[in-house]
Amino acid sequence: MDITRNSLHLPKDAPPVTIPCCIKTTNLSLFYGKKAAFRDISLNLDRNSVTVIMGPSGCGKSSFLSALNRLSDFIPCCEVEGSIHLDGESLLEGSIDRTVLHKRVGMIFQKPNPFPMSIRKNITFPLREHGITSKRELEARLVQVLVDVGLWDEVKDRLDTSALTLSGGQQQRLCIARALALEPEILLMDEPCSALDPISSGKVEELILKLQARYTLVVVTHNLSQARRIATHAALFWVKDDCGCLVECGPADQVFGSPREELTAAYVKGMKG
Amino acid sequence: MSLWQKDKAFLFVLSVCASLAGVISIFIFFFLAKESVPAMAGIGLSQFVMDETWFASENQYNVLPLLWGSVLVSVGAVAFATPLGILSGLFCHFYAPSAIAGFYRSMVHLLAGIPSVIFGFWGLVSLVPLVARIHPPGPSLLAGVIVLGIMILPTIMVILDDAIANLSRLYLNSTVALGVSKWGALKGLILPNLRKQVGVSILLGLARSIGETMAILMVCGNVVRFPTSVFNPIRTLTANIALEMPFAMNVHRSALFFTGLIMMVLVAILMSTAQTRTSRQA
Ligand SMILES: Nc1ncnc2c1ncn2[C@@H]1O[C@H](COP(=O)(O)OP(=O)(O)OP(=O)(O)O)[C@@H](O)[C@H]1O
Ligand SMILES: [Mg+2]
Repeated sequence: MDITRNSLHLPKDAPPVTIPCCIKTTNLSLFYGKKAAFRDISLNLDRNSVTVIMGPSGCGKSSFLSALNRLSDFIPCCEVEGSIHLDGESLLEGSIDRTVLHKRVGMIFQKPNPFPMSIRKNITFPLREHGITSKRELEARLVQVLVDVGLWDEVKDRLDTSALTLSGGQQQRLCIARALALEPEILLMDEPCSALDPISSGKVEELILKLQARYTLVVVTHNLSQARRIATHAALFWVKDDCGCLVECGPADQVFGSPREELTAAYVKGMKG
Repeated sequence: MSLWQKDKAFLFVLSVCASLAGVISIFIFFFLAKESVPAMAGIGLSQFVMDETWFASENQYNVLPLLWGSVLVSVGAVAFATPLGILSGLFCHFYAPSAIAGFYRSMVHLLAGIPSVIFGFWGLVSLVPLVARIHPPGPSLLAGVIVLGIMILPTIMVILDDAIANLSRLYLNSTVALGVSKWGALKGLILPNLRKQVGVSILLGLARSIGETMAILMVCGNVVRFPTSVFNPIRTLTANIALEMPFAMNVHRSALFFTGLIMMVLVAILMSTAQTRTSRQA
């Protein structure tokens, strides 16, 4: 599938380029000072896939996501090596347009963190920052994303109350809506359900399945049964020699059904990790 | 002794200490009130606002110019220090390299430890001549505002620095992940949510500057008058007490206690407002 979009490197007003899509990391390593968080991870993320990243605590899953949208640049002493290509364009070489990158690659954090402002402003504030000022457009996107995450009926009468009055599950869906409003192509989710009750968690899960048609999703989760339900692709990270590494990755059927590695087999049976 | 009994004993010690602090301030309040009674009875409250000026040897006891002096210099100092505090807090968190931010912070903390007489001394030998060059005489409301402003800057900075640190810890990652620029996050998220802490720091800054004596006494000129320009010398309530207490007797002495009482009430109001504001947001 080919898609037109803004380039990371070209000036904003350059005509959009047409390129095949996906994120591809090659021998990606990330260091906090001298200590490696993970090493040599090569992974392809296909368009419209849900890639689930699993693995024990501290194996570098969150760090991996932060490298993918270069949030790692903001951590002192954090160095990334190797290469990341977003639709054939290098993310790590040369200067990139951050606004475009973050617009294209959205991120959802483990802990719901809506901004301390009204529900409406939580969605419109980032949009305005991206230069969308037309009232009609803002309103249209607001309604669209709130419907998409199934929050519209719950909040349509209280759009101007503080987002902090929402429940945890509602807050997390608002954060997803906030990211969707920018019309990203890729959505990185770091344990999006771990702070939620089973019902809210189920709602977010349904949402992920629904979003798959339009977005490329990367979801970190510790919940094996959830991973089985949502994954089209899966990757298992592990800690070896005090450093994260990739054990196995592939289509979900293969990783869960007939894993190549013993470690994976043990993990997906719930015997390890 | 069982654990429970130990707990009770500890609770008892704590309550005694806590009530001691409370009792002392109430005690001081009543002491001031008692000492002011002769003035209130002998001079009468109306004279405190109706007299021509404050001039004890001619039995003139108008506190308004003094009160006005205190209020002006404090409000000026806060108006000087608050924007500085906000800007330097934002600078430290968003623009300065961490080494410079750290250095700046330790300098500000050092500033907090400098005794006020040193500030007064610096004001007297460096600032006052500078002001005199712009507009004589030199010792003036302006000099007081600047010296006091620098003195209360650490208080304001520490409060705001803390608040900004909190906000950016909570929200900065998300704004970056949403492609919001630094400036956008500052303007749209950090600054609007700083309003409460700015209010609190203004109140605490006011309370601190109303009570300041030594530095003010050294740089403000101490002429009792309603100033018409920032270059006029002024006298504050605190400076007045420090200047006249050594030789004041009888009604005059009691009148000084009365001005002390006024100040204590003012500061109490400011402090308690600040307190309720902080606790309400917590
Ligand atoms: N800011 C940081 N500075 C230094 N070391 C860090 C930092 N963040 C993470 N680490 C280290 O990097 C390693 C990987 O951490 P990471 O958070 O990526 O693990 P994770 O797989 O997401 O774990 P979890 O499942 O518990 O969230 C850990 O050893 C951690 O201690
Ligand atoms: Mg993590």
